[in-house]
Amino acid sequence: MSLGLAHFLVLSGVIFAIGVIGVIIRRNAIIILMSIELMLNAVNIALVAFSVYMRNMDGQVFVFFIITVAAAEAAVGLALAVVISRNRKSVDVDDFNLMKW
Amino acid sequence: MQLAIFIIFAILCIFGSILVITLRSAVSSAIALVFVMCVIAGLFALVGALFVAALQVIVYAGAVMVLFLFIIMLLNLKEELISEDDKKFTRFLGIVLGTAFLFELAFFVRTALMRGSEALYEPVPKTLSSIAVISSELFTKFLFPFELTSVLLLIAIVGAILLAKKKNEK
Repeated sequence: MSLGLAHFLVLSGVIFAIGVIGVIIRRNAIIILMSIELMLNAVNIALVAFSVYMRNMDGQVFVFFIITVAAAEAAVGLALAVVISRNRKSVDVDDFNLMKW
Repeated sequence: MQLAIFIIFAILCIFGSILVITLRSAVSSAIALVFVMCVIAGLFALVGALFVAALQVIVYAGAVMVLFLFIIMLLNLKEELISEDDKKFTRFLGIVLGTAFLFELAFFVRTALMRGSEALYEPVPKTLSSIAVISSELFTKFLFPFELTSVLLLIAIVGAILLAKKKNEK
């Protein structure tokens, strides 16, 4: 049995699911952002695997775009975390009920 | 051989991901995430996607995670403190939903691979994995998205500065 596309897809799915669980169970906003990065990485694994399998570079170009978007998202998300911790003295998502109702 | 390396990397990767979401302090989580990203870069190198592997280490494990660590240090966070039963309920809900999601994905992968499970991997041709091919794609076929990305980064920079700026004139 040799290394196939299925192995990568299963690994990608497992890591994505771990990221989803992290977003749900953690209350720290920064760790939630890190779980989102984990999910983006899982998608990158699937894209690279498909790109190699299809003999087509488009998948790897998409990975390049995803990395750029993830960097932008991290910058804005962390800026939000800084502002919220300045106002509320915490980054616990249970404390952010400003727009809840 | 290749499969053995993949399995070792996959186990390290899953173990590291579980550490990211379970460790109590944010700094330990960030270090675990750096580890996971480096292992994923190893996986990319294993299938011959060397440019993406380098990008993963430099941009993700380097720049983005340093930004995370810097903010964690800056905020000087205390450990999470939550009432126990509230935490138990969300943990239960999260694990149930996550597992359900995983089974859903597994079902789709299984259906998609039903038709043929021949060995899907052969070594990538040298020309396909080179940086020259990626860059020529990037500057011809994907030129407009590429330029849009620079606008996106600019917006992110401006937005981050505007958000985090102290409003002291009042």
